[in-house]
Amino acid sequence: MASDLRHEIDELLASGQWQRAAGRLQVLWETEGSSTLAGYVVSSFTKFRDKVELIPHRCAILRSFTVEPIVPALKACAFTAGIDLSVHIGEFNAYAQEILDSASPLYAFDPGTVILAVQTRDIAPELWRNSSRARDVVDRVANQFAGWIQEFRARSAANLIVHALEKPATPAQGILDSQSEENQGSAIEQINRSLRQVARQHRGVYVLDYDALVARHGRERWGDERKWLTVRLPVAAAHLPAMAREWMRFLAPITGKVAKAVAIDLDNTLWGGIIGEDGMAGIRIGAEHPGAAHQALQQALLDLSQRGILLAVCSKNNPPDAMEALAEHPGMLLRPEHFAALRINWNDKAQNLREIAHELNIGLDAVAFLDDNPVERQQVREQAPEVMVLELPADPMEYARAVRDCPAFERLALSEEDRQRNLYYAAERQRVTLEQSTASREDFYRSLEQEAEIAPVNTLTLARVAQLTQKTNQFNLTTRRYTEQQIAEMARCRDWCVLSIKVRDRYADNGLVGVAIVHHEGESSEIDTFLLSCRVIGRTVETALVAHLAGEARRRGSRRLEGWFRPTKKNAPARNFYADHGFRLQTETEEGQLWELDLTNAELRSPEWVRLVTATAEPA
Amino acid sequence: MTESILDEVRTIAADTFGVDARTLSAHSSPEQVEAWDSVQHLNLVLALESKYGVQFEPEEMERMKDLGQIAALLGTKIS
Repeated sequence: MASDLRHEIDELLASGQWQRAAGRLQVLWETEGSSTLAGYVVSSFTKFRDKVELIPHRCAILRSFTVEPIVPALKACAFTAGIDLSVHIGEFNAYAQEILDSASPLYAFDPGTVILAVQTRDIAPELWRNSSRARDVVDRVANQFAGWIQEFRARSAANLIVHALEKPATPAQGILDSQSEENQGSAIEQINRSLRQVARQHRGVYVLDYDALVARHGRERWGDERKWLTVRLPVAAAHLPAMAREWMRFLAPITGKVAKAVAIDLDNTLWGGIIGEDGMAGIRIGAEHPGAAHQALQQALLDLSQRGILLAVCSKNNPPDAMEALAEHPGMLLRPEHFAALRINWNDKAQNLREIAHELNIGLDAVAFLDDNPVERQQVREQAPEVMVLELPADPMEYARAVRDCPAFERLALSEEDRQRNLYYAAERQRVTLEQSTASREDFYRSLEQEAEIAPVNTLTLARVAQLTQKTNQFNLTTRRYTEQQIAEMARCRDWCVLSIKVRDRYADNGLVGVAIVHHEGESSEIDTFLLSCRVIGRTVETALVAHLAGEARRRGSRRLEGWFRPTKKNAPARNFYADHGFRLQTETEEGQLWELDLTNAELRSPEWVRLVTATAEPA
Repeated sequence: MTESILDEVRTIAADTFGVDARTLSAHSSPEQVEAWDSVQHLNLVLALESKYGVQFEPEEMERMKDLGQIAALLGTKIS
């Protein structure tokens, strides 16, 4: 299998078919990813890194042990996920100095993400060997972590991933250790708890549960004592890709390489068997074997929907058969109401996936696809290469794990909006029904009974505001990405104004769905950022928001309201926004178009059917 | 047998170093191959360990002076 696939990839590379080569490399890496293969995947991608669309990201690794052999696997993981990773490795055991020295190579590298890879035996050697004087050690190490994080944050706005500490495979005191209330393991856990507390107090600081990672692969087997004692590498050759994949679980959401929806096949994926042939009594789904593997997958998908990831069905079937199983089968955990979109027909799946993306108002590259059939997967890779196709293992028992392991489903933070997302989409289906039955658009807008609350960003909304700048692609005029740290800094400046907008209507509270950032300077105000979640596009809320900006700018004595439109592959829905609102085109450069509204005579009115609520809470 | 092991070692070394396998031979050594530094030497050993499920002793790692010697050593472990 591997050698056939390699042969095929080599031919695709020789004939310059980069996109297809990238797709096949992803299959190869997901099915047989190993330290042996990492070099091949990386050197193949290196040949065409400029010719396919990859997101560049800079990642620095500060470490107390040898990490160099993990880097090829990390780059392979990143490449196959669509990320071109530049990696900087800190000097051996110099992490503290590098954090504290503003002139260190770490900051000169200008990283987007920094990984602090330390381990118990290096920073808490006393706890690795035994538990005497544990309390002093716990305090010392917990304070060290807190200090490093604080000092790092004072110098950099980059994301920081900190390895929490792991427990030794065998405690120093043997079985005696388990007889005391406070033992070696609990001392280490105390440090980790304190680390989690500190991380929560800072923006963009995340904890990697290294102990859980080691335990998942087996404490005895994770490391290779020979390599530790000779070259200070604590991870065995076989597990280097697992370490890399764990880092990817953070890097995928950090770089925005995430799936907003997952489209799932039915026969032999969501359940065992074929509903059209085996019938309700014949398909395998339930708490007992052989239905249990599929039920475990459904549980994993249910967990994703709790994380705000939308579920959709994409299946070749007769709709009545499939719907009966979805709605009635007693073994199902997922029901029709869990799905934001349904495509049950005999059309090809690439087409159905495009329709699902369109219906859910998300990009095709934000759709993940789950199908047991390698032929269907390959067809989707060929015909809709943007879709994230999961390379499902052959055994259904492995399906749930494959879904849980996929970095594209990871989230760094969860907002109330995320948890409620499936409800919003249910409400959206009702709205569409109303729009179709409403005579004029204005009547439709009026019937929505919309209420918009515009407010300066504050501590409660900061995370969501930053999140929206990170992931909003479609209705986004400048697509400038900001971290929470950067937003907080802007909010503190007098001549910057960061506003959020919340929208409610008769069907749902849509929550915080838009952000506007304005920079006031002299007689002009510039719109730095203007974005709205696709959930509320096309309902004139955008007009209400820009009218508010114009009013505020005039109040501050500005004569002009300016704004760039910076075109991307995704933001076509925002292209005519300035023209539609009376702005005049000033200049057009490579970066985009600069538009201007003359505030001395033009008046921008908020639509009468959007009730405005403005709050003047203290900014963060 | 040794020939085919050497071929596999050449392929893995080429992948690891990011060079064309055709430029490598049994006599290729760290002195001749620019990319073959101490980090890549470790990466090559780990790639072989992972592929064949074997382990090299520290002393053996030091004795690996060229690809031919690596293939021969590997041969004694997997035969």
